[in-house]
Amino acid sequence: MYLVLFFLFAGLCVAGALNLLLQRHPIHSALSLLVVMSSLAVLYLLLGAEFLAAAQIIVYSGAIVVLFVFVIMLLNAGAEERTHGSWTAYIAGFPGAAAIFCVLAFIFLSQRKLLGTARLGDYIVTTRDLSQVLFRDLLLPFEVTSILILVAILGAVVLARKEQ
Amino acid sequence: MRVSSLSPVELFVLLSILKVAVVLLILLTAVAYTVLLERKVVGRIQNRWGPSRVGPFGLLQPLADGAKLFLKEDLMPDHVERTLFILAPILALICALMSIAVVPFGAPHLVHGVNLFQIADVNIGLLIILGVTSVGVYGIALSGWASNNKYSLLGSLRSSAQMVSYELALGLSLIGVVLRSGSLRLSDIVASQSAHGMRSWNVFGGFQFIAFFIYLIAAYAETNRSPFDLVEAESELTGGYHTEYSSMKFAMFFMAEYANMITVSCVATLLFFGGASSPFGNLLPAFGGPIVQAILPVLWFVAKVFFFLFLYIWVRGTLPRFRYDQLMGFGWKFLLPLAILNIIATSLALAWHG
Repeated sequence: MYLVLFFLFAGLCVAGALNLLLQRHPIHSALSLLVVMSSLAVLYLLLGAEFLAAAQIIVYSGAIVVLFVFVIMLLNAGAEERTHGSWTAYIAGFPGAAAIFCVLAFIFLSQRKLLGTARLGDYIVTTRDLSQVLFRDLLLPFEVTSILILVAILGAVVLARKEQ
Repeated sequence: MRVSSLSPVELFVLLSILKVAVVLLILLTAVAYTVLLERKVVGRIQNRWGPSRVGPFGLLQPLADGAKLFLKEDLMPDHVERTLFILAPILALICALMSIAVVPFGAPHLVHGVNLFQIADVNIGLLIILGVTSVGVYGIALSGWASNNKYSLLGSLRSSAQMVSYELALGLSLIGVVLRSGSLRLSDIVASQSAHGMRSWNVFGGFQFIAFFIYLIAAYAETNRSPFDLVEAESELTGGYHTEYSSMKFAMFFMAEYANMITVSCVATLLFFGGASSPFGNLLPAFGGPIVQAILPVLWFVAKVFFFLFLYIWVRGTLPRFRYDQLMGFGWKFLLPLAILNIIATSLALAWHG
């Protein structure tokens, strides 16, 4: 049951990601991104991370991709034109993506013991457990990340502000 | 086949399907009659009768409306984005109907391990409602864009901006309630308010009335209802995002709007008005048999939801529409800081009392 659901939504996720690249219209790409984000939420749910799944839907599907769609609609962007693409992109892109995939796979596989494993449908991480880890054990990284995001917001405001 | 011959899993699946069917039927009927209620009440507010010809007191008007919409020609303008044009109303309706699944309608009542008055009692019920609501934006945003019409596009741009802005105030206003009950599960939130009747409701005894007003205002904006119905402002945008829609596709948007109103009313009832619990607490003696005692909470719940639906209509009949800059300023500069202050005050009070 869990395995069937996993393969269903993992397949949907990969299909959405491929569709994102292949679609010519930005709105269709943004909607493919929505599919990717939502199926990722289901994968989190299968791993028992229910709060993370809900946050993924609320933040990514419900806010960030909406903003993408909003900007695309506001700029009235048309379908992109098919070109042959630049050769640098082909030469650097595919090996680069392959290299990143290999490095990540190597790290995850070699550090398996330290990272620990979670099986599908093993247990449910309650919101209480999650918040205890986030706000007690990992408080400093959490606060540092918040400040980083705050700085980014201030930067965006400064850039967007009109000159008086 | 006798009930005992079914395995627990089969029984669970059967009862769940039955619950879904019953709830869906009741919800759709409620949607139809909320439309009638709105037309009647707004009629009375404007000193006229409202629909009164079809059936006694116009009670069969929803059926006539449904038949009319069903039989109308389904127009599809040229140069629309076909897939998205069809997908948008379906998405809007699905999202509007989905969140009712986590709402507990009555006191927990187990039959063969299945709660009769709630479809799914999940740990993160509140977050699911918020998530489904936030995905509902796509229905409106895409319909306007796919229609290939300036007015529709402007309407959907307004709605996406409005809904994303007010979602923040809405989400933050609920945190005070979650802090008080210490759970995101809706049945726990209701249980935390049912001890002493009205005194333990979050809006009175819980001192969450500021959060309640923030929630109510933000929810009105979130469902695109007046005074925040700039999305379909007739005088500016003809019909807003659904200008190009006709027949059942228009009906889907219409049903989605009213289903969302019902969901908002349910959430307001659950979080601030004690859900299905009686306002008199234990003052009211337990009368009747166990069946009456099981039905009574449902009646309280329906009465409270009805009050909020009436409030929606009352507000629509009373208040003029906001200007767009006022809407944005109000959301970001007033409601959001107020919601954050409410969170700080609630957590300080909880920390003080231990």
